[in-house]
Amino acid sequence: MSTQRHPPLAHAAADSGQQRSNSDIRLSVEQVSYAYSANPSQAPLFTLEALSFQARPGEIVAILGPNACGKSTLLKLISGALEPLSGRIFLNGFATNSLSTKTRAQRIALVQQESPLLFPSRAWQFVLQGRHAYGRTLRFETDDDVAIANNALAQVNASHLSDRWMDKISGGEKQRIVLARALAQQPLLLLLDEPTLHLDIGAQVDLLVNLRRLAAENRYTVVVVTHELNLAGEFADQVVLLQKGRCLRVGRPAIVYQKDLLEQVFQAPLSVELTASGRPRVTLLSNN
Amino acid sequence: MRPLTLQRVVLRCAILAAILFFVVVVALKMGAVQVSLYGLARDLLSVLFGHTQAISSDYGMIVMDIRLPRILLGLVVGASLAVAGTSFQALLRNPLADPYVLGISSGAAVGSILALIIESSLSFSPEVAGLITPLGAFLGAAITIAAVYFLGRREGQIDSGTLLLGGIITASFLSAVIMFLLSSLAGGNLRGATYWLMGDLSTPQPKSLLYLLGVGFVIAFGAIYTTASDLNLLLAGEKEAMHLGVDVRRVRVVVYLAASVLTGLAVSVSGAIGYVGLLVPHVMRLIFGSDHRMLLPAAALGGAIGIVVADTLARTITSPTDLPVGAVTALVGAPVFIYLLRRRLA
Repeated sequence: MSTQRHPPLAHAAADSGQQRSNSDIRLSVEQVSYAYSANPSQAPLFTLEALSFQARPGEIVAILGPNACGKSTLLKLISGALEPLSGRIFLNGFATNSLSTKTRAQRIALVQQESPLLFPSRAWQFVLQGRHAYGRTLRFETDDDVAIANNALAQVNASHLSDRWMDKISGGEKQRIVLARALAQQPLLLLLDEPTLHLDIGAQVDLLVNLRRLAAENRYTVVVVTHELNLAGEFADQVVLLQKGRCLRVGRPAIVYQKDLLEQVFQAPLSVELTASGRPRVTLLSNN
Repeated sequence: MRPLTLQRVVLRCAILAAILFFVVVVALKMGAVQVSLYGLARDLLSVLFGHTQAISSDYGMIVMDIRLPRILLGLVVGASLAVAGTSFQALLRNPLADPYVLGISSGAAVGSILALIIESSLSFSPEVAGLITPLGAFLGAAITIAAVYFLGRREGQIDSGTLLLGGIITASFLSAVIMFLLSSLAGGNLRGATYWLMGDLSTPQPKSLLYLLGVGFVIAFGAIYTTASDLNLLLAGEKEAMHLGVDVRRVRVVVYLAASVLTGLAVSVSGAIGYVGLLVPHVMRLIFGSDHRMLLPAAALGGAIGIVVADTLARTITSPTDLPVGAVTALVGAPVFIYLLRRRLA
């Protein structure tokens, strides 16, 4: 797959966005904030206070926090679906909101929580949709598109599912096909919104192992929103911890996972210990 | 993995076009005056390929001047409604969407009747007058789809059930408006009401309107076809399509306007023929799959075939009396609508 990827600089000439000269930083979120209100004249119903973090190629960033803390909002801001109230988000030095819809889709792939299909389609048709941003109007898929889609299916160990109908496969299999479609976009940045939701523990670990391998092999920067503290602790390089729209801590899991901090955020008694690999493990303690 | 190719689209369309030709020949043969099928096909092909200008045999006038214009009218109306239905189903993400069910045809009918009233009160030249009805129909269709779209939205998203209910209520309200307008129109009669409410192809139309219909169809179909691969992605939702690189706003505007043009043109010449836009896309989807690059031309040809068959039945089952073609399409369409609705709820 990496041989087919557009090198980041190849996009540069086509861009009109602001460029910055950060050599090794892939994603840079700089003082980004957001406010949501149902009516412009009313006080905002939800505010995401200004936060910053950076990520390199091959890194996995986990966004953690209790419900309604702003995790998905932050992911939408990074994906370009929402405009920040203040601050900027740079991808390889280019402001993401200055990219056209097509260019953005060539660089940022988003795996969202499940959305139902209107009419049945086969897994390979679904994966080929990831090539849409590379085609011109009315263009039919080329042999290259097919090769990239096949490669994407192989990367998530789902080649055998290629001819299956999307509504006739299990949740875990579907998640892999959705991930394959995102890989077919050949992005620089892979965003996942609660990808482990509805998956059993085996499928959750399988997905995260896959993500770790893909990030290393293809040098993707991965940002994942999750509720799974232990999976994030095991697989993430960086954790962004949010609470009620405020960013409390950004850093390596071993640094962010402090007993007092996590207990305060999740309002539950917890114990945190470090495993032999230096990764934190969280255990929920009984209230009694 | 066998992605769709242009060759496969052309081949499948050629097969459908051959079926359409066969259906047209059979439709031309059916009627009170008997003509030979072989002679008819031979004569039609020689006209089609420009060997002769007109059919010279004794049945030439009946075939060319009476039956053929009605069939051609049905052909374009059927194609327009089926393409509009396919587009609305993708745009509104609702497999039950159809210009008739959503009340868009009724909106176009109200627009047409209002245009007729304006036209009769002001004295236009015949060329301008001919254009006012289709324009009124287009505006009626566009305003209705906008209204139904907003009625069907809940919390910023289109809600399938609310959309359908909104459409059905709009249709029933507009049917009442049609009856009111027709009863207040001088010379308004039951046949006129049937024309607008059920859809009918028996009224001869001026040639200029037929040309307008043909040109309008080609332009609107072409515009929708440029968004065919975008529509495939829109089926998964607007946000998802945007993340895959679809300019959702542009697609929405193009499809919304072009589908309103198609519905408006069809209704201005044939009234509100129901269920073609619902049935045909589903049948074509079963045969060819849901890729709009194939589905849109297939729906156009399938809609043309469907309406020619339905109209031939309408003018032959109760011969010598003509049934409105909309009665035949509703007889088939309504049970299929219920089947689809139940399958969706299951």
